[in-house]
Amino acid sequence: MGDTILEMKSITKEFPGVKALDNVNLVVERGEIHALIGENGAGKSTLMNVLSGTYPVGSYSGEIYYNGEICQFKTLKDSEAKGIVIIHQELALIPLLTIGENMFLGNEKKNKLGHIDWDLTYNEAEKHMHQVGLDESAQTLIKDIGTGKQQLVEIAKAFSKNVKLLILDEPTSSLNDEDAKMLLDLLMEFKKNGLTSIIITHKLNEIIYCADKATIIRDGSTIETLVKGVDEFSEDRIIKGMVGRPMDDRYPIREHKVRDEVGLEVKNWTVYHPLYHEKIVDNNISFKVHKGEVIGFSGLQGAGRTELAMSIFGKSYGTNISGELYLDGKKVDLKNPEQAIHHKLAYVTEDRKVNGLILGESIRFNTTLARLDKVCSKGVIDMTEEKNVAEEMTEAMGTKTPSIEQRVGNLSGGNQQKALLGKWMFTEPDVLILDEPTRGIDVGAKYDIYCLINKMVEEGKSVIMISSEMPELIGMCDRIYIMNEGELRGELDAKEATQEKIMSYIISAKA
Amino acid sequence: MSTKKESAGSGQFNLGAFLTKNSMVIALIVVFVLFYFLTGGRLLYAQNMSNLLLQNGYVLVMACGMLLCILTGGNIDLSVGSVICMVGGMAAVMLTNHGVNVFVTIPICILVGLVAGIWQGYWIGYVRIPPFITTLGGMFIFRGFGRLILDSKTVAVQDEMFLNIFTAYIKIPGFDTDAHIWSPFLIGALAVAFIIYSTIASRANKAKKGYRQNSAIADFGRAIVISAVLLFYCYLLTQYKGISVMLVWVVAICLIYHFITSKTAFGRYFYAVGGNEKATQLSGINTNKVYFIAYANMGLLAGLCGLLCLARVGSVNGSTGTSFEMDAIGSCFIGGASAYGGSGTIPGVIIGALLLGVINMGMSIMGIGDSWQYVVKGGVLLLAVIFDVVSNRKSGK
Repeated sequence: MGDTILEMKSITKEFPGVKALDNVNLVVERGEIHALIGENGAGKSTLMNVLSGTYPVGSYSGEIYYNGEICQFKTLKDSEAKGIVIIHQELALIPLLTIGENMFLGNEKKNKLGHIDWDLTYNEAEKHMHQVGLDESAQTLIKDIGTGKQQLVEIAKAFSKNVKLLILDEPTSSLNDEDAKMLLDLLMEFKKNGLTSIIITHKLNEIIYCADKATIIRDGSTIETLVKGVDEFSEDRIIKGMVGRPMDDRYPIREHKVRDEVGLEVKNWTVYHPLYHEKIVDNNISFKVHKGEVIGFSGLQGAGRTELAMSIFGKSYGTNISGELYLDGKKVDLKNPEQAIHHKLAYVTEDRKVNGLILGESIRFNTTLARLDKVCSKGVIDMTEEKNVAEEMTEAMGTKTPSIEQRVGNLSGGNQQKALLGKWMFTEPDVLILDEPTRGIDVGAKYDIYCLINKMVEEGKSVIMISSEMPELIGMCDRIYIMNEGELRGELDAKEATQEKIMSYIISAKA
Repeated sequence: MSTKKESAGSGQFNLGAFLTKNSMVIALIVVFVLFYFLTGGRLLYAQNMSNLLLQNGYVLVMACGMLLCILTGGNIDLSVGSVICMVGGMAAVMLTNHGVNVFVTIPICILVGLVAGIWQGYWIGYVRIPPFITTLGGMFIFRGFGRLILDSKTVAVQDEMFLNIFTAYIKIPGFDTDAHIWSPFLIGALAVAFIIYSTIASRANKAKKGYRQNSAIADFGRAIVISAVLLFYCYLLTQYKGISVMLVWVVAICLIYHFITSKTAFGRYFYAVGGNEKATQLSGINTNKVYFIAYANMGLLAGLCGLLCLARVGSVNGSTGTSFEMDAIGSCFIGGASAYGGSGTIPGVIIGALLLGVINMGMSIMGIGDSWQYVVKGGVLLLAVIFDVVSNRKSGK
């Protein structure tokens, strides 16, 4: 039928001891948006690294045809010369350089004398920024623009390399729904101009929204390719392909047993920005969570949810914090995380790699870190006891690992998240604050984490869940608070909550 | 060392893994054997072996403190040499020029070292001035104070009591006479008994709790090799004056810091901060305090080193201790501490220091000048770190 731009034929790639890709085939037609999906560790990123030349020719077997000719890329530069550009999950921009400098990094616009022509650089940069709808000056520093715009800069950078085939590895994982939609709309706009994109994502609704085809990879093999308009193209259908069985319930059922006692209550909580002392990040917020209850915080990024949670957790964020905090009915003043932990409060960060785990250390080391005193006598660690509790937590969390001595950095995203949860469960919290607990992890691992949340509340504990995924909040919470621009804009009973209702609260607040 | 980590397979012997894990020990042995032949066997003379530890004693003490600083994130303390000059100078002036009592002098001088450390620790830990800058400042400031105290002169110490506290040789009545010195055997035997006992105890404990064991050959082989080296060293000491008090100081410091870094919660925090400071902070640990204590402690040990140096050399002048910090830093990195923080052990540091010490001593015996010694030391440092980085990369760390 169509005009094939890329064909990857029986690609096999082995790492020492692991077959990461086993006979994978991928066919992409010109001018389509092709989604690549699969659980964490299924081999999506490996496949794209093979394509882009990050893994050079010879390190894998199989053939790559691009525009009908066979390709043998030795480096990233080779593939970029052909117009194949990959944008990685972790943005590769340097915060203290300008947009223009970043865009031409390694590819500088030089004049005849061999030094950088800044006028040309910024002029070209703004031309490409215009293509993606960025109206900033190219001399703005990367650190001064939001994550959403940084993602656009990456795409503009791809355009500056004369991109024909754009690969995006989880482009929306750090974006809020609004920015994510904008990005997807932009991709669909480019599609009309003939750009081909491959998009790797965990967010199934995005695939339904923008992709023309979806290729599902499981355990290093291609399972199937679904075509919109031909095959059934729904979230349930895709999940079935990903996990190999239909998943009837994406949210485990729990008996709602909300008790009358209040686990945590916050009154008139106000937080100021740590650097710009006049800027209010959270304004006069009051909320409470009962024992045996899960409450959710919905909102766009920058709504002040993470800041609220961290400021409650022993003033880990912000300055000039005012307001009252009650735990188990008693007023407390938590000056630092240590006091928060000893008052049975736990905060599981949204950024497990940066704020949560010590990647170079073992699961055992990470598990006990927040409450080392529990395995110590007189300051001396009981190594045997430490191993015991680490084994216990690893088993309770269902973390898949060869041993508790495994470096956390070597685990997959989902297992890292479980290790992180284990670390905080070990502190035996009464109130657990989960900040984006399922970000960037696959469907199966998400389900496991939901089950753990249910187990917590069934034991009469309180859970506060911050999430950008509205279906998750609706599926898991008893009540949902909606925040925007540092203020509480509404509260919904989960039974009556819909995505539209939540969105309308957010939008009405903006007006 | 952390040989208990990640045992390969189920107790079967893996030569490659064994070599990588013990690479620095092997390097030490190779260098030792090399110099043994190059010096025509003179390296192993009792006097030289005794001096090997005594000459490098101050390096070991400094390196113990330096390791804590490096663990917090590859941070180093440049001021150590200057603190040694200041504290050593102060002790010399107090004892010689003012006739102050030894038991007043020693605590005051160690306290001065601690205060210097606290001063730097405060800026680094609580105000977050980069350690490099703070200790570079300290390097100038304390050197200046040292010279002021010494009035730019060389001051010698004759106080018997002071010298005895640090440099005398242990005499146990009945064991040590003019004819023979047997106390090293006694102490060596006690140490060997302890090593064997703790190996058996640890295996029994693991067996009781049902934990994975290293193979008996590995555990006992290790204990036997260490015991043999220890006994041989003790034998050498009986041939030359016996055990110096200095050695006791150094061994005690190494054991204390090994215990702190490997067994206590407090020591664990240094690794955590170096691994990921933000995550450590959110785990309820006061990271400012960790930095503060790393540098305050470094000052304390530098103070002690000032006294050790003074006692060993017998005098202090304005340039005493110059670039001593570099030996300590070098020992840590050669001994496998990560330049980014978060990993490194005291046994590793000891091996690093001994490796440098053997090279120094071997080349001195051969009559090779200072200049070449610098070249070789620098090369060894670089090689060790390159090896570390490359082998880590291969094993996918």
